[in-house]
Amino acid sequence: MPVIDPTEKAIINGLQGGFPLTPRPFRDAGAELGLSEGELINGVRDLVGAGQLSRFGPLWNAELLGGDVCLAAIAVPPERFDEVAEQVNAHPEIAHNYERTHALNMWFVVSADDPRRIAEVIAEIEAETGLSVHAMPKVKEFFVGFRVEV
Amino acid sequence: MLDSIDRRIVAATQAGLPLVREPYRAVAEKLDLDQAEIIARLRRLLDEGAIRRIGAIPNHYALGLTANGMSVWDVADKAVADIGARIGALDEVTHCYERPRHLPLWPYNLFAMVHGHTREEVRAKVERIARLIGPAARAHDVLFSTRILKKTGLRIAA
Repeated sequence: MPVIDPTEKAIINGLQGGFPLTPRPFRDAGAELGLSEGELINGVRDLVGAGQLSRFGPLWNAELLGGDVCLAAIAVPPERFDEVAEQVNAHPEIAHNYERTHALNMWFVVSADDPRRIAEVIAEIEAETGLSVHAMPKVKEFFVGFRVEV
Repeated sequence: MLDSIDRRIVAATQAGLPLVREPYRAVAEKLDLDQAEIIARLRRLLDEGAIRRIGAIPNHYALGLTANGMSVWDVADKAVADIGARIGALDEVTHCYERPRHLPLWPYNLFAMVHGHTREEVRAKVERIARLIGPAARAHDVLFSTRILKKTGLRIAA
């Protein structure tokens, strides 16, 4: 477990959204959190530097920017798992790929600026691996908080 | 839809805002625009949903939230909108989507991501969700990630 001091905790829990769109946003956000402008800037810089924050700024919705993303899963025979992971990961359109605990044991996200590329990449992976790729495009998004508490 | 100036703002900020007293002015100077225009465009993009939110973007793993459970639920198609809205609003759920079933291998049509420090913590959260959904959930499972095989940020071209 990483050690997180109270200032860092206040930043992580209190500032996962709502960063002000004002000329001095760190001053204004800091006032809400009980931190000075300088303390907040330094705190954020430390958290980004230590890798506890991936970054600080806008979280863009890739789909509304014109691209598309699609979750997909494959049931990979265990003895072929590493080989298939390499074949899948070789595609630059694969953003994330996770091994998961299920017969469908490989789960990845295909993302492309041109939505037509998604189906092409899936067809390429099926041809290369000889395995069925189960596309799981979202039908509906209910709520994407992406927020966590520490 | 985004115009060319919006796309330049995306490219200038997708790795994060400058960590300075006047971050929007710094972005404006880089793009040779006014601070007021940057702020107005970011506000519009936030209102339109092209920006989900602005602030700290945590790295779950570095924060010790190493257990990542994809809880999946088989609920009636008629009920999925109502149940999805309720589950998605829970604090313990970070994203929630309806997705197609792939029968017989995959009967689940509702996905809810749950993070925690341990698998036990995630399982306890999933059980709370199960009680909330009640008998409307005909089956459910939770898939833990056992290995990250690839992880790159989404990269958007300007």
